[in-house]
Amino acid sequence: MTTASSAEQPTRRDFLYVATGAVAAVGAVATAWPFISQMNPDASTVAAGAPIEVDLSPIAEGQDIKVFWRGKPIFISHRTKKQIEEARAVQVSSLPDPQPDDARVKSGHEQWLVVIGICTHLGCIPIAHEGAYDGFFCPCHGSVYDTSGRIRQGPAPANLPVPPYQFVSDTKIQIG
Amino acid sequence: MPVASSYFLQDRIMSGPSDYQPSHPVLKWIERRLPILGLMHSSFVAYPTPRNLNYWWTFGAILSFMLAIQIVTGIVLAMHYTPHADLAFRSVELIVRDVNYGWLLRNMHAVGASMFFLAVYIHMFRGLYYGSYKEPREVLWILGVIIYLLMMATGFMGYVLPWGQMSFWGATVITNLFSAVPFFGEDIVTLLWGGYSVGNPTLNRFFSLHYLLPFLIAGVVVLHVWALHVAGQNNPAGVEAKTEKDTVPFTPYATIKDLFGASCFAILYAYFIFYMPNYLGEADNYIPANPGVTPPHIVPEWYYLPFYAILRSIPNKLAGVVAMFGAIIVLVFLPWLDSARTRSSKYRPLAKQFFWIFVAVCVLLGYLGAQPAEGIYVIAGRILTFCYFAYFLIVLPLLARIEKPRPVPNSIADDVLAKTGSKATPMVSTVIALAVAGALFAGSTDSARASERVDTPPAVKWSFAGPFGTFDRGALQRGLKVYKEVCANCHGLSYIAFRNLADQGGPGYSTAQVNALAAEYKVKDGPNDQGEMFERPGRAADYFPSPFPNEQMARAANGGAAPPDLSLITKARSYKRGFPTFIFDFFSNYQEQGPDYLAALLVGFEDEPPAGATIPEGSYYNKYFPGHAIKMPRPLSDGQVTYDDGSPTTVEQYAKDVTAFLMWAAEPHMEARKRLGFQVFVVLLLLSSLLYFTKKKVWAGAH
Repeated sequence: MTTASSAEQPTRRDFLYVATGAVAAVGAVATAWPFISQMNPDASTVAAGAPIEVDLSPIAEGQDIKVFWRGKPIFISHRTKKQIEEARAVQVSSLPDPQPDDARVKSGHEQWLVVIGICTHLGCIPIAHEGAYDGFFCPCHGSVYDTSGRIRQGPAPANLPVPPYQFVSDTKIQIG
Repeated sequence: MPVASSYFLQDRIMSGPSDYQPSHPVLKWIERRLPILGLMHSSFVAYPTPRNLNYWWTFGAILSFMLAIQIVTGIVLAMHYTPHADLAFRSVELIVRDVNYGWLLRNMHAVGASMFFLAVYIHMFRGLYYGSYKEPREVLWILGVIIYLLMMATGFMGYVLPWGQMSFWGATVITNLFSAVPFFGEDIVTLLWGGYSVGNPTLNRFFSLHYLLPFLIAGVVVLHVWALHVAGQNNPAGVEAKTEKDTVPFTPYATIKDLFGASCFAILYAYFIFYMPNYLGEADNYIPANPGVTPPHIVPEWYYLPFYAILRSIPNKLAGVVAMFGAIIVLVFLPWLDSARTRSSKYRPLAKQFFWIFVAVCVLLGYLGAQPAEGIYVIAGRILTFCYFAYFLIVLPLLARIEKPRPVPNSIADDVLAKTGSKATPMVSTVIALAVAGALFAGSTDSARASERVDTPPAVKWSFAGPFGTFDRGALQRGLKVYKEVCANCHGLSYIAFRNLADQGGPGYSTAQVNALAAEYKVKDGPNDQGEMFERPGRAADYFPSPFPNEQMARAANGGAAPPDLSLITKARSYKRGFPTFIFDFFSNYQEQGPDYLAALLVGFEDEPPAGATIPEGSYYNKYFPGHAIKMPRPLSDGQVTYDDGSPTTVEQYAKDVTAFLMWAAEPHMEARKRLGFQVFVVLLLLSSLLYFTKKKVWAGAH
C-alpha cells in the first residue's frame, strides 16, 4: 500500500489499525484513572471532615481560640466593641479585597469573627493581636489583616476566608 | 556452527552508530548530542528478530509489562501503607476499604506477583527447552538467574508487609534459614531481624528493601536485554540468523505479536484480580500477625513451593538449606552442564522427553511443598529432589555425550518453509502440561490446610457467589441485627465504620439512619481541654466499638480464648478443598469456603459429643471446628432475634444472615469489584481480538 492510496481511500487495513489503536487508547486512559483517583482523600479522611461543634461560652471578650477542622486552624475571636467599630469604620472600597464587615460575620452575632487562620499568601498561620490593624499579622512575609480578617497590607491577595458555619444556639456554632 | 554464525547479527546491530536519522530539526539537534533516538530505533524498531519465533517468546515482553505494573502499583500502595508492626495490617485493610480504587490496586499488586512468577517460569522453561542458555547466550542466561533470585527476595519481602499470620511466620522461617550457617548463624539472623525475633525493625527494613529491589531488577533487566541484543534472540529451530531472509524487523512484527500475547495474558490476570483475588492467597494471612501462635500448616506462596519441598526433604538443617539454594544456583552452571551442540530440544529426542519429566518433577515438588511433611510425602519429596538435581548433574551432561540429535534446518527461513501441521502436537501438550502445572501449584496451598477437619461444610447458595453475585440487602440488614444483638457481646467489628453501612453495595441504609444508629453507641474521645478522656455519642465516621478494651481482658473474660474480631472472619477462615476440587474451583469461580465454613460452624454445635470424642472442661463440641473443641458456647437459638420482615427466626436463618453480613464486612467493595471486572473483560476481549487480526494483517506480508 502506498501513502497516496491510504490518504485518498481508507482501506480495511486502516480501519483495523485505527480501531485497535482506539480501543488500546481507551483502555490505557481508563487504566490510568484509578492511579490518579487514589491520590484524592480516602473515605476515612472525607468522613473525618464532617462538621464539628464548638462551644463559645468559655471565650471571654477580647480573647480568641484556635480549633481544627479538616486539618485547618479556625480562628474564633470574641471581638471587643472597639474592634467591631474599627472593622466597620473603614471605607470598604479602599480595601485590597473589598468586603464589608457585616458580610463576614453572622448578623446578631457581630462580636464573633470566625475565619480560617491560613494566610492567603502562601499558607502560613498569622498571629492574632499583632500588626498595625489590631487583627492578625503573618510572620512569614508580613501580611497584615484587620479585626475583620481582611487583608490590609503585604503580599497576601485576599481576606482570610470565612468557613461555612452556623449558630446552633447563642453560644454554640457548628463549623462545616 | 552456532559459534561462527552468531556474529552475523552482532555485526549488523552493534557495529558503528545507527543509520537512523530523525527528520525533524529539533530531534536532529538532540540526536547529534545524545543519540538516544538512534539507540531506541536500533533496539526496538530495526532490531532483527528471527521470523520463526512462537508465542512462548512473547513472555519476555509480558514480563516487562508485569514488572512495570508491579512497580507502578507498588509505588502507589506505598503512598498509603504504614510499615509499623502495630499499624501495617490495619493500613493494608484501610487501603482496600477506604482509598479510592484501593481494592483494585492491592489486588493488582498481590495477584501481579503471582502472575509475574507464572510468566517467569514459562520464560525459564522456554529457555530450557530451546537451549537458549547455550553459547553465546551464557551471560544472558546468568543475568536471568540473577533476576529470578532478586524476584524471589522481593516477592518474599513483599509478602511480609501485610503483617498477617503467614507474613510473620514466613518471615520467621525464611530468615531462620540463615541460622544454618555454621558458627555465625545466630548472629546473622539477629542482624537480619534487627532484634531478637521478627519484629518492627524487621518489617521496616523489609519495606525499605522491597521498595529498592524492583529497581535493581529493572537495572538487571536492562543488562539482560542488552545481552540479548548483542547475541540476538534464540529461536525454536535453534540455528542462528544468517541472512536477511531469516529475520523480520522488531517493529511492527514482534511488537504487535508481543502486544497480542500481553493482552491475552492480561485476560488471565484480570480474571484473578476481579473474580478470584484470594484464590492464590492464604486465609491465614487475614489474621493479624501473632508472635505467640504459629498457624498449624505454614506454607509459602505457590511460587516457592518446589524449593520449600526440597528444603524439607533433607533431614539435616544445613544440608537442607544448601540443597534449597543449590537448586537455584545450579541454573547458573547450566550452560556448561549441558554441552550438547544442538540447541533446540525439537531436534533432541531424548532431551525433549527428559525436559517434560523435569517439568513434571517441578510441578510435583510444588504439590509436595504444600503437603504436611509426614509419611509418604517425605519419601516422595526425597525421590523428586534427587530427580531435580539428577536432571542437571547427570541427565544433561550424559545426554550431551550419548544422544544422537536429528538434523537441524539449514536456516531459519528453511525452518519456516518446512513448517507443517506436525508443530501443533508439542504446542498442545505443552499447554496441557502447563495448565495442569499452574493449577496444581496454585491450588496446592489450599490442600495444605487443616487436614484434621473431617466434616466438610455444606455449600450454601449465596447471593454474592459467582461473577455477577450481589449482596441481598435484606440479609445484610438482618445480619447486622444478629451481629448487634448477639455477636457484638464478645466480638469486635473494628474495621467497619458506621458510615460504611450507607456505602454503595452495602446494607443500603440512609445517612440519617446511619447517624441515628451511630448515636446509640458511646464512643471514647479526648482528651478534652482539661486533659480528660470523655464519652460522646457515636458519629458516622466512628468505627464499631469493640466489646473489650484489649486482648488480655477479652481472653480473661472468655475462658482463655479471645473472641476474634469479625471484620475479616469470612476471609480468614477456610477449609480443605483438596485435589482436584481446587482446580474445579478455579473454573467455577468458587471462593465461598469462608462463608460456608462460618455458616456451618454456627449451626454445628451438638450438646452431646459423639462417642469417643472428649471435650475438655469449658469447651463445646462443634462438628465443623478444627479439633471439634470450641471455646464459644452455642451462640444462637431459635427466636432469639426478632425480624421485622417476616423472615424465619431460626438458627439456620440467623447463621446465613450474619454470615452474609460478615462477608460484606470482609469485602465492602465486592459488588464494585465484580462490576468493574465485567467492564474490563469486555474491553480486554475486544482488544485481544482486534490485536489478533492486526497481527495477522501485519504478518501476512512476512510469510
